[in-house]
Amino acid sequence: MTAHVPGGGLVAAVELDGDGAHPAAWRWSGRAPADVLGPAALRSVVRTAEDAGFALATFADGPLPPSSGLDAAGRLEAGTRAAFVATTTRSLGLAPTLHVATTEPFHLATQLAALDHATNGRAGWVVGTANDAASAATVGAVPLGDDALHRETADVVDVARALWDSWEDDSVVRDVATGRYLDPDKVHHVDFTGARFTVKGPLITPRPPQGQIVVIADAALGIADRADVVLVRGTDPDDVAAAATRARDAGAPRVFAEVDVVLDGSDPAAAARLAALDADTVWPPTGRLRHVGTPAGLVTVLKRLAGSVDGVRFHPAVLAVDLPLLATEVLPGLRDLLRRPGRTLRASLGLPRPANRHVAAGSPA
Amino acid sequence: MTDRPSTEPQVHLGVFLTGVGPQLIWAHPDAAPHMAIETFVDVVQLLERGLFDAFFLGEGLRVRENRGRPYDLDVAGRPDAITQLAALAGATSRIGLVATQNTTYNEPADLARRLASLDLLSDGRAGWNIVTTDNAWTGENFRHGGWLEHARRYERAGEFVEAAKALWAAWEPDAAQDARAKSWSRPGAIADVRRATDLVHLTATPTVPGSRQGRPVLFQAGDSAGGRDLAARHADVVFTAHTEYDAALAYATDLRERLARHGRSPDSLRILPGAGVVLGDTPADAEDKARWVREEQITGPRALAYFEQYWGADLSGYDPDGPLPDIEPSADELDPSRGTISIDRRKGKLDLIARWREQAAAQGLSIRQLALEVSPGHPSFVGTPGQVADEWARFVRTRAVDGFNLLPYLIPQSLTEIVEKLVPALQDRGVYRTEYTGGTLRDHLALPPVDDTGPR
Repeated sequence: MTAHVPGGGLVAAVELDGDGAHPAAWRWSGRAPADVLGPAALRSVVRTAEDAGFALATFADGPLPPSSGLDAAGRLEAGTRAAFVATTTRSLGLAPTLHVATTEPFHLATQLAALDHATNGRAGWVVGTANDAASAATVGAVPLGDDALHRETADVVDVARALWDSWEDDSVVRDVATGRYLDPDKVHHVDFTGARFTVKGPLITPRPPQGQIVVIADAALGIADRADVVLVRGTDPDDVAAAATRARDAGAPRVFAEVDVVLDGSDPAAAARLAALDADTVWPPTGRLRHVGTPAGLVTVLKRLAGSVDGVRFHPAVLAVDLPLLATEVLPGLRDLLRRPGRTLRASLGLPRPANRHVAAGSPA
Repeated sequence: MTDRPSTEPQVHLGVFLTGVGPQLIWAHPDAAPHMAIETFVDVVQLLERGLFDAFFLGEGLRVRENRGRPYDLDVAGRPDAITQLAALAGATSRIGLVATQNTTYNEPADLARRLASLDLLSDGRAGWNIVTTDNAWTGENFRHGGWLEHARRYERAGEFVEAAKALWAAWEPDAAQDARAKSWSRPGAIADVRRATDLVHLTATPTVPGSRQGRPVLFQAGDSAGGRDLAARHADVVFTAHTEYDAALAYATDLRERLARHGRSPDSLRILPGAGVVLGDTPADAEDKARWVREEQITGPRALAYFEQYWGADLSGYDPDGPLPDIEPSADELDPSRGTISIDRRKGKLDLIARWREQAAAQGLSIRQLALEVSPGHPSFVGTPGQVADEWARFVRTRAVDGFNLLPYLIPQSLTEIVEKLVPALQDRGVYRTEYTGGTLRDHLALPPVDDTGPR
């Protein structure tokens, strides 16, 4: 089995939420915990990721505080975070997590389209499905059943994609002779009917530069055929490879492995760092491949993964420590294997810019 | 620290970029592309050089239509306001950033969190222009459809804003602890917020603390009695339509009386009417330019389309330079598909059309000439920079207004000349800052510190 990115190469992505993936990361970041909520921390971590050559940064989010208990922290809304760095980055893809059941689908589609315009084509969307009682209560709702949530997820992705196609690329004509700013035949109602909502359309925002925002979904959501990138888990490279095969069989255009990392720095060693972190709060298993060890060891693992996936999303245990190590010790070690970021996120992924459904093959999809 | 070191009243300026609509001239070769992020960055950085208080984005949650199809003659298409302002926050350091967001088709916890996030990332420069929407036509894009009857929209808005204020006040100061503490936040320092009425229902643990200015500055734009009352209870700034001096003064007097009834000081609210400005080197030059602007805005096809919404009929066969349509208008009132309808035009359109017919007959006006007379969007201030500055100084010195929210007609040029010519004229008269002296939007507006605890 082989990955099938045209031109090959692994795409490097990194999750940049908070102080890192480990619930106790806030104690080991070398700064006041509240600083994570400010513009300087966000700018800094994003700059590190872009300078390191990552093609994509993701921003986890949810309606509730991240972590729980003693580690329950503050968190800024992810779409706003991603947008804040839109004009100060050049090549980094920016993908916030937005949730399907606790938001308005029309706003969600508009926000992502605006992010794509603000970045000139570098927006992605990590599909979130927060559906516990406390999350639902933030919008005065109750959780959906499993089937209903799956349907809701599919509906929100479908309506977002329909809305992103609701303006054809050449709909703004600015024809001085006729006085027409746009061609009304190229701006379409979507008339979407889902299980729990309807949307008339069109979007208030013209078609995003990428045509379609890059939709990133965990394999467990069961929407591989609707996504552009499917995130797969597995606690060793063989598990990841098997999960990748399943995702491709389900229709995933690109497959990324999810990898937790705790790296050896100068001192102490990774295992000791993890033990110290876990002494504060135990990092429960995430189902993701977890590398605790040397950067060179991680490079070896990644080379194996390159045979089965198109990219890797790293979850640094402590961003302040592990992100610089990824930047200086790991990504350079992958030089020949790493896919360089392109002008748009789709280009970084080797994905074409999709034709508009109202134009493709001359008939609506 | 505030921007009011002396007692001399100051002109506070914002720019309101609706993003769509007939006032924006797009056919001119100098018109910048209206969706390009570069255009927005250039404009906001220009305004920051001009020491403006704030940059506003409008909202419209459905693409405007004319007889069931997307309306094709005006600039259309705009970004999500909070997303765009967050991007602009990253490209600026001083100017306030205000998002128009409505209380009908948002959820309080979600919107409050997005606004608070913008407020923190901009380091205290965010504002929220609170609007309500009651039309089912816009609702067709949302989960609840046209769920809120007209009479209850301000009731929902009031409860929504109260919930947002509670969410923004839920973190005690310094709720976050240091890295050696037992827990991230001080126990009990972040309060859950609960609301359970038939209009606002939520339980949430806010994840965003207050910013350097406390919370986003609240703007309110409604002019009905319900809107004025909402402003008097909750707003820090009102965004009105009254630019004629006597009307502005009467409005200010009325609003200050309402403020007193809610236990608020007259200085706790700024009044910023929306205003169009056309500048010229001489008075005659300015008048010529204002006429040119109107003629660019009201083209023949737009004049026909303007009357089509009143007639409820296809008028494309009529000559815009000829007499008014001879067919009778439909009996139904205006629908909202061309954007918000002002309250005084929601009923009685047949009487209005009858008056237009009389006016056109009496003055011998063509369709387009009548549209130039009666359609909204006349610039409020036309003159040399010195003339306009003198007039504005009088407005603020007599407390008729606290400043203006400017509606540009050509981007960026109509703003460039305000920054380069009108701002210095205002500075010469001592009614405009010569540098930013504060860091937050609340500072720029010289508003007192947030007090969300007093009687309302």
